[in-house]
Amino acid sequence: MYRIEKTAETADNIFEFWIHAPHVARHARAGQFLVLRIDEHGERIPLTISATDGDSVRVVFMAVGKTTTQLAAMSPGESIRDVVGPLGRPSEIRKWGTCVVIGGGVGIACTPIIARELKEAGNTVIGIIGARNAGFLLLEDEMRETCDELVVCTDDGSKGFHGFPADILKERLSTQTIDAIWIIGPAIMMKITSGVSRPFGIKTFVSLNPIMVDGTGMCGSCRVTVGGETRFACVDGPEFDAHEVDFDELMQRQRIYGDSERRALEHYHEHQCRCGGEGHE
Amino acid sequence: MSKRPADERLRDFGEVDLGLSEEEAVVEAQRCLQCKKPACVGGCPVCIDIPGFIAAVAERDFRRAAAILRDQNMLPAICGRVCPQESQCEGVCILGIKSEPVCIGALERFVADWERAQGIIPPAVAPPTGKRVAIIGSGPAGITAAAECARAGHAVTIFESLHEAGGVLTYGIPAFRLPKDIVAGEIEEVLALGADLHLNHLVGRSVPVEDILAYDAVFLATGAGLPFFMGIVGEQLGGVYSANEFLTRVNLMHADRFPEFDTPIVRGSRVAVVGGGNVAMDSARVARRLGAKVYLIYRRREDDFPARHAEVANAREEGVEFLCCANPVRILGGPAVTGIECVRMEMQDPDMSGRPTPVPVEGSAFTLDVDVVIEAIGQGPNPLLVSLIPGLIRGKKGNVVVDEDGATSVPRVYAGGDVATGAATVIWAMGAAKQAARSINAMLEKS
Ligand SMILES: Cc1cc2nc3c(=O)[nH]c(=O)nc-3n(C[C@H](O)[C@H](O)[C@H](O)COP(=O)(O)OP(=O)(O)OC[C@H]3O[C@@H](n4cnc5c(N)ncnc54)[C@H](O)[C@@H]3O)c2cc1C
Ligand code: FES
Repeated sequence: MYRIEKTAETADNIFEFWIHAPHVARHARAGQFLVLRIDEHGERIPLTISATDGDSVRVVFMAVGKTTTQLAAMSPGESIRDVVGPLGRPSEIRKWGTCVVIGGGVGIACTPIIARELKEAGNTVIGIIGARNAGFLLLEDEMRETCDELVVCTDDGSKGFHGFPADILKERLSTQTIDAIWIIGPAIMMKITSGVSRPFGIKTFVSLNPIMVDGTGMCGSCRVTVGGETRFACVDGPEFDAHEVDFDELMQRQRIYGDSERRALEHYHEHQCRCGGEGHE
Repeated sequence: MSKRPADERLRDFGEVDLGLSEEEAVVEAQRCLQCKKPACVGGCPVCIDIPGFIAAVAERDFRRAAAILRDQNMLPAICGRVCPQESQCEGVCILGIKSEPVCIGALERFVADWERAQGIIPPAVAPPTGKRVAIIGSGPAGITAAAECARAGHAVTIFESLHEAGGVLTYGIPAFRLPKDIVAGEIEEVLALGADLHLNHLVGRSVPVEDILAYDAVFLATGAGLPFFMGIVGEQLGGVYSANEFLTRVNLMHADRFPEFDTPIVRGSRVAVVGGGNVAMDSARVARRLGAKVYLIYRRREDDFPARHAEVANAREEGVEFLCCANPVRILGGPAVTGIECVRMEMQDPDMSGRPTPVPVEGSAFTLDVDVVIEAIGQGPNPLLVSLIPGLIRGKKGNVVVDEDGATSVPRVYAGGDVATGAATVIWAMGAAKQAARSINAMLEKS
C-alpha cells in the first residue's frame, strides 16, 4: 500500500498528488513514469513522474476516465494499492548546448524535471509552456525558476503569447541555434509541434503515452511504430525521436477502448450514487 | 478423470477437469506394473520416484505418497495439472504400448490435492545462516528456488514486478486449467518458510542492479515474457492482441468481469487465434468463454500441435474451430479489425526438429471475417534486466547462458527457467531452479 501524502486541484479538474513510494522515488529520473492500481478492482494506468522528494513522487493528472476520477476523489492519508516504477528509459540527458523543453496542457507537469536535469548537465534551457487559458498553465513558477528563459502561451491569449508553442518554436528555430528539443503533451500537439523542427533536422524527443497494461515489456499493448519498426513504449521509450514516430497510428490506438472507458465511468458514477457517496451532488 | 460438460464449463472459469476420487485413484494406482526399470522416472524432467508414490496410493498411504512427490517436486498440485505428461512420464509408460498408460498426472494431482486438504506439513528450516539470497521473478522457477534456499536457512528476498506473484501461473494459465487458489497456496507455503516477497518491484528499475549484486547470491528467474509479433500488415489495429496481453487482461486484471473490474477488453464476436501451443489453446478457450466464435489458425498439421493433448481435446469440445496448414499474411480493417487473410500451407521436407517444413501454397489465399486477432506465436526472455547486468553472457535468442549447475557467466549469479531455456514448461523451470538452488546453497556453505 502506498500512502497519498498531499493532494491539490491545481487547475480545473487537474490534480497534483504526492505519493509515498520509496522504491520509485529514490531511483526516478527525468522522463520516467510509474504504473498504479488504486484497488483490487482497479486497472493499471501509467502516469509520468513529475517530481520526487525523498521517498515521495509527484504525479499530475486530469480526471477524465474512471480511474483518474476515482483517484481525484481520494484524500491524503488514503492509500493506493499498487505503485510500480520508475518505468521506461530516462530522458537522454547530456550536454547538448541549448535545449528547448515544451509542455502542452497536462504535459507541462513533466517538463520541470527534464529542464532541471538538462540544466544540471550544463545546458542552456528554454522552456515553452502552452495551455488553453491562463488557468491551465501548470507549474509555471517551477519552470520559470528552472529554465534560463520561459515563454508562456495560451490558446485564448489570456496570458503570454496568444497562440501555440509551435509558433514560438518556429520563430526560435529561425533566429537562434538549438541543439535538442523535448515536446510533451497530447499526441496531436506533439505531432504538430515536432513537425516544425523536422525541416531543421534538430533532434526532437516526444514522450508517448499509449495504452499500457504491465508497463514492463510483457504484453505489447503499448506498441508504437517508430522508424517503421514496432517498439514497446514502456521499455524502449516512452521518449522517442519525434521525427520517426507514427502519430496517427498512436492516436488511433489510444482510442481503442473509448466506449469501454465511457461505460466504466458511468458504472462508477452509478455505483457511487447507490452508495450515497461522492459524485451525487 | 471426469470433466465438466463443455456447454456448462463455457459459462464460467471454473476448473474443467474434476480430478480422481479416492476410489478411482486407488484403482488407477493398482494398474501400475511397478516395473523394475521404470521408464516413467526417466521420462520425468525431475526424476520423481513415480512407482514409489503410486505404490503408496495403491496402499492408501497418501501421506507417504505426498512425501515421495515432495522429495523432487515442490509444486505437485500445479504439475499434476499442467505438465505435458503424454510426452514425459505417461508417454513412456509400458502399459501405453498395448492399452492406456497409467494416469500419472491425475494421480499426482490427486495426492497433492489430498495433501492440501489435510494440511501440508512444512519442511524443516535450518537455523539462519546470515546469508542473503535475491530471487528475481516469482514464477515457478523463482518460488522453487526461494523455497530451497529458505530451507537452507538463508534470508531470501523475492522481487516481482507485477502486483501478484506466480508469473505465468498467475497471468498466463487460465483458472479453468489451474485454479488461482492453488497457485496462491503454493506461494503462501514458500513465504511461510520465511522468504520475503516484494511485489511491484521491477529489478533493474525499482532496485538497481548494484543493489542486487550486493546479495550473497542471486537467482534470475525472470521468465520469457516478451511477446513476439508476426510482423504482418494490420497488426496495430484495435482488436489485435498478443496472447500475453489478452490473457493478462483476463487472468490478472479480470477484464471478463468489466465494468465490475476496471480493465476493458475487446471481446470480439469472431476471434482468430494464431498458434498451436498451450498459449494458443488457452487464448482460444478464454475467447470462447467471453462469448466469441473462435478459429485457431496453425501453420502445421493438427498432429504437430505442441500443446498438451488434453487441452487440444478440451478446446475442440468447447467448439474451437481448428484451421490447420494455414498462415496469416495480413490483418484487414481500420481502425478496428474486420478480417484476416491467410494462405494454405503445404508440408515439405522435415526441418532440424524433424517436423515437416510448412511452405505457402501459391494462389491459396482466403479471408476470415473476424474482429479480434490474438497472436500466440511465442515469447522470448525480457531483455530489460539481463541486459543491464555487466558481463552476463546471453545466447542468440537472448536467453541467459548457464552451466549444468545453473551458474551464469557472472560470479554468484544463477539463472533458471524460461529466462535460460526460452519458453518451456513449468516442470523444466522447477527442475532448473532446484538445481541452481542446490548450487547456491553449496556455494554459500563454503563461503
Ligand atoms: C498461457 C501459457 C500457458 C502455458 N501452459 C503450460 C502448461 O500447460 N504446462 C507447462 O508445463 N507449461 C506451460 N506454460 C509455460 C510455463 O508457464 C513456463 O515455462 C513457466 O512459467 C516458466 O517459469 P519461470 O519461473 O521461468 O517464468 P515465469 O513464470 O514467466 O515468471 C517470471 C516472473 O518474473 C517476473 N519478472 C520479470 N522480469 C522481472 C524483473 N526485472 N524484476 C522483477 N520481476 C520480474 C515476471 O513478472 C514473472 O512474474 C505456459 C505458458 C503460458 C504463457
Ligand atoms: S505496457 Fe505491456 S509491454 Fe508495454
